[in-house]
Amino acid sequence: MGSLEDRPFLLTSVDRMLRWAQKNSIWPAQFGLACCAIEMMSTAAARFDLARFGAEVMRASPRQADLMIVAGRVAQKMAPVLRQIYDQMPDPKWVISMGACASCGGVFNNYAILQGVDRVVPVDVYVPGCPPTPEQLLDGIIKLQQKITAGGIPANRGHALAQTAGRP
Amino acid sequence: MAEEKRSLTLNMGPQHPSTHGVLRLVLELDGEVVRRCEPVIGYLHTGIEKTAENLTYNQAVTVIDRMDYLSPLTNNLAYVLAVEKLLGITVPPRTRTIRVMFSELSRIASHLVWLGTAAMDMGAMSVFFYCFREREKILDLIEMTAGTRMNPSYFRVGGLLADLPDGFSDKLGALLDEFPTWLQNYRDLLGSNLLWVERLRGAAVISKEDALAYGLTGQTLRSTGVDLDLRKAQPYSGYEDFTFNVPVRQHGDAYDRYELRLEEMVESAGIVRQAIERLPDGPWHIDDWRIFPPDKHQHVERDMEALIYHFKLFTQGFKVPPGEAYQGVEGPRGEIGCYVVADGTARPMRVRVRAPSFYNLQSLPLMVKDRLIADLITAIGSIDIVLGDVDR
Ligand code: SF4
Repeated sequence: MGSLEDRPFLLTSVDRMLRWAQKNSIWPAQFGLACCAIEMMSTAAARFDLARFGAEVMRASPRQADLMIVAGRVAQKMAPVLRQIYDQMPDPKWVISMGACASCGGVFNNYAILQGVDRVVPVDVYVPGCPPTPEQLLDGIIKLQQKITAGGIPANRGHALAQTAGRP
Repeated sequence: MAEEKRSLTLNMGPQHPSTHGVLRLVLELDGEVVRRCEPVIGYLHTGIEKTAENLTYNQAVTVIDRMDYLSPLTNNLAYVLAVEKLLGITVPPRTRTIRVMFSELSRIASHLVWLGTAAMDMGAMSVFFYCFREREKILDLIEMTAGTRMNPSYFRVGGLLADLPDGFSDKLGALLDEFPTWLQNYRDLLGSNLLWVERLRGAAVISKEDALAYGLTGQTLRSTGVDLDLRKAQPYSGYEDFTFNVPVRQHGDAYDRYELRLEEMVESAGIVRQAIERLPDGPWHIDDWRIFPPDKHQHVERDMEALIYHFKLFTQGFKVPPGEAYQGVEGPRGEIGCYVVADGTARPMRVRVRAPSFYNLQSLPLMVKDRLIADLITAIGSIDIVLGDVDR
């Protein structure tokens, strides 16, 4: 038997294969909150074309999505809803915190806005800006893809976090 | 056995692709017919009015920006004009004209987002891509002038953030030249699309009396035959010098509102063209260092006195004499007004905003009563609400 190189074979591990597939078919939840959501829409539209990175299939139902882009300020009233949407997403799932508000409250250090969405869901990539330009969001998505390729994000992390927070 | 008739209560939102933000609707359904619709708001409450009280007058411009984020510059204009009223200052003609120009550009940009998303609600995906492609060109103009695409905080009390950059008018001219083809595109895509026309005609109807009683403004009001546009009724910022029409329709339905918005875009483009053609030369801010900071290169770096003024402005802000002022402007969604109360300090005592989306949203239960759920989607799209504007 000769070398495998000239045969129609591709050798890899299941894990790497899976991660490669996950990385290139991220389905974001269609979930916008405020100004940043408009920039998220611009990212998906003609000029910036999120489809180049395989992440343009925005799903209206969280049950079909594996990426949550928290695009905008999270009001206290919205925080439980946001967590519920996150819980409804199947594993593995990722979160991008888009914009200053989602990351840390931004210019709104007040009674109404959650000072950072990482208080309710675990965040993988923070994208700065107010609002971040579509290029910045694309960069965030590419960073997330790198993270996925590198592995190491536990598959049932959301569940584990809920348990540590004393939730069912 | 007699069949019992029961209604179904359905929760729609706050995460729903067709609610244009985080709006929640509690619907009472009888089959597919909406018997009652109750909007639940507050999912985007940001405390902007309260936050503005803790900022100096010029800092507050930034948070006011973030209310109606599809057209931040008209928010700015209402606020800045109200504060200028309190201070009793008038800005130079160049500033006024530039303000008008950018307000109209943001009106077009805002209507484009509306058209794209409303069409997407109806299942017409490609319109969204065209609209956003063209909106980018307007955002580019805003970016080259103010440094950021959205939320530019470009209008400041007593002037602007900066003068127009080099090459602006050429770029704007090119945009205006191709503008008619954009509109023709949309009309071709939608105007002759039977699905679009049939779903909009006769949907989301509101009567003139109801519209007035509910305090509606903007296209929702003008679609019922009331000719009210603040740019004509109470001209501000030099709108009286421009020639334009205010289109009005009679049926009060979603299709009328769609046509109104398209026509308004044409009028806005006309105003922009007039503005750039007769843009006056001269200063673009008032010449009062107590209110508008002195130029950095020309004065601050050379003159001790200017440095002191600059320092005081940026550390303490300027004081506004006690009083109160209201200024309404015609935003893309209707009358957006700012009511500012000053108590003699450098921070506003109260900033109250009359947000058009909030009032227009009230009409939704009326429009969809005893109509199909599908009409509800049309109705939400047709009143063009921005939740940032509703909840503030
Ligand atoms: S970060 Fe800025 S643009 Fe984004 S939601 Fe907050 S205020 Fe709006």
